[in-house]
Amino acid sequence: MRLLLKGARVVDPASGVDGARDILIEGGRIALVDHEIPPGETGDTRVVELGPALVVCPGFIDMHVHLREPGYEHKETVATGAAAAVAGGFTAVACMPNTNPVNDSASVTRFILKQAAEASLARVYPIGAVSKGSDGKELAEMADMRDAGCVAFSDDGRPVATALLMRRALEYAGMLGMPVIDHCEDKTLAGEGVAHEGFNASQLGLRGIPSAAEDVMVERDIVLAAMTGGHAHIAHLSTAGALRAVRGAKARGVRVTCEVAPHHFTLSDERLLAPLAYDTNLKMNPPLRQASDRGALVEGLRDGTVDVIATDHAPHHADDKKVEFDRASFGIVGLETAVSLSLDRLVHAGIVSLGRMVELLSANPARILGVPGGRIAAGDAADLTILAPDLTVTVAAASFRSKARNTPYDGWQLRGGVAATVVGGRTLFVNPGVPQAAGLGRA
Amino acid sequence: MSEQAARLRGKDLLGIADLTASEISLILDTAEAMKEVSARPIKKVPALRGKTVINLFYEPSTRTRTSFEVAEKRLSADTLNIAIATSSVVKGETLIDTALNLEAMNPDVIVMRHSSSGACHLLARICKAGIVNAGDGMHEHPTQGLLDAFTIRERKGRLQGLKVAIIGDMLHSRVFRSNVYLLTKMGAEVWACGPPTLMPAGIDQLGVRATTRVEEAVADADAVMMLRIQLERMQGGFFPSLREYFQVFGMTPERVRLAKPDTIIMHPGPMNRGVEIASEVADGSASVILDQVANGVAVRMAVLYLLAGGGDDETAA
Repeated sequence: MRLLLKGARVVDPASGVDGARDILIEGGRIALVDHEIPPGETGDTRVVELGPALVVCPGFIDMHVHLREPGYEHKETVATGAAAAVAGGFTAVACMPNTNPVNDSASVTRFILKQAAEASLARVYPIGAVSKGSDGKELAEMADMRDAGCVAFSDDGRPVATALLMRRALEYAGMLGMPVIDHCEDKTLAGEGVAHEGFNASQLGLRGIPSAAEDVMVERDIVLAAMTGGHAHIAHLSTAGALRAVRGAKARGVRVTCEVAPHHFTLSDERLLAPLAYDTNLKMNPPLRQASDRGALVEGLRDGTVDVIATDHAPHHADDKKVEFDRASFGIVGLETAVSLSLDRLVHAGIVSLGRMVELLSANPARILGVPGGRIAAGDAADLTILAPDLTVTVAAASFRSKARNTPYDGWQLRGGVAATVVGGRTLFVNPGVPQAAGLGRA
Repeated sequence: MSEQAARLRGKDLLGIADLTASEISLILDTAEAMKEVSARPIKKVPALRGKTVINLFYEPSTRTRTSFEVAEKRLSADTLNIAIATSSVVKGETLIDTALNLEAMNPDVIVMRHSSSGACHLLARICKAGIVNAGDGMHEHPTQGLLDAFTIRERKGRLQGLKVAIIGDMLHSRVFRSNVYLLTKMGAEVWACGPPTLMPAGIDQLGVRATTRVEEAVADADAVMMLRIQLERMQGGFFPSLREYFQVFGMTPERVRLAKPDTIIMHPGPMNRGVEIASEVADGSASVILDQVANGVAVRMAVLYLLAGGGDDETAA
């Protein structure tokens, strides 16, 4: 059985393609990308006329999600997270190891992959812990986890606290050719903080997390990446200072990359005051920074300093959020809003081209993690994200596929959304609001 | 005088930040009438007869809780106190569940103190009852700000144009925030002084003059307000010792002499004598610290009356 997608705009910067192309899929893989592909005569080809209003991209990869399984299945499972991923236009996700037990061994890695295989939705790439139990003391068995399927290492949520452990991790992961992803936060500076330290938190009487808590760790990691030659990837970078540090390091040839979360390029900390004061869906770590930081991140997305958009998808049960602000859990869900936020706030706002957005969401995370995808090329698995860039989307948390509803974007109207998500040639999501994509849904 | 508000706009008093200058004036003027009630031989008016007020205190408090309770009784409200040790909170009930349970009993006002900033906002969103913030974390303590302003206005006849020095731990102080919002809205010049480790980020944007030199803050001040130093802050490394704190920031008779001759010395209590304030100053002729306590009752009567009593169907005070 073959599938022929016709007439859409294909945006695939890794292959240098931006224009009308037809795509032929056979046996779950890309068979051919060309200007006009005839359906052929055998009659076993399903032809879907997508038309020029839709954009076919290499599958989006969210390299920073929390799937909560094992251990916190009331918040999310691998299956519900993978369902949220395909509904949000992601064909693959990389999941952080802060589960219970921590993914610090091949057996936990294999369990996660087994759950993902049973769900059979988005691809799931586990990220292994840097240290055993993520407790910052001894290195976890990285090579064993790599062999089991891990694609990177991180003690996410618990920064690699000592410079010595970070040094060793960069050296050892470097041997494996894999990045160390660091949640950069000096816990002594962050203290009991719950919001960005600045005028807005001061007005609200919320304990502050200073930008410096992030900046000093980013600077440290850059120094250690330069020293070791290892690859440091800065998770959810949120400050102007950290961005400046990364820009400088890249110019010097240090192996450092970084990601920015949609909430950090769309929101800043004055939102804590109004329209809903102390909204716990605005509590995340790193916190929403001040407007000038947001502006710097937007510039970094534009000028190429930022490599990746990653959501830090952090599902929480309502019970963890319907409490006092300082007692609420950190984090928001992101998988089902990231693409619309990126289209609306970056592409339609004239900040980045669609091609650059595809780099940020597909080509670059694939390259950093060393996983397949990031381009549409003959022989590759047919992982495709199909966009309806002009679709009007109203965010409805109640209809999320994720188990969680903790989003500050509920009710937001955005321009641009996901039309369909194809993983390995299988259409796993079709947006009922996009009639041109309806043909993908008929088997 | 600008045009006076006839009533408060909201059902709650969560913070001074939400009030307009004319609402503040309304509360202060109403408090004057309430103060007269407290001077009568029979200190009771029927303004809140038949109304239920719940005092919900998640933090220990003697002064504020007692002051609210006296105010409620003088207005003839039915009051009940829930303190953390006797409530189901120790069993882990959430604030929202507690609020819904209280709400089911149809109270008219809930007065709440809580250690989390913004806790009263959460309560206000789910309760029909009016919520009065009796102190939320490091955020606001609006009735304290109002009673401080009432005390200054009583002595000085005005707030506009006065220099008020606030000295101490500004970072953790809800009294500081409420006073700054109130005094700046009413046209006073507010100086804030303390060690830089205890100044909130962005303090200049709050509309105050910040300094670490206590002499500069106090110079020609019409009122000097000392903030309590919480002794556990020293362990947090915010300053080296209580001894040094008193040397650098403590209010001594010598420093008081730098202020206007008719300056007043204020403290929200409870005081640490010999830490932020010398006993000679606390007990001296310029001290209005006990006036603040007395005025607290009047101001809280005014707030409760304006939120729950005033208006359509009840006898005014």
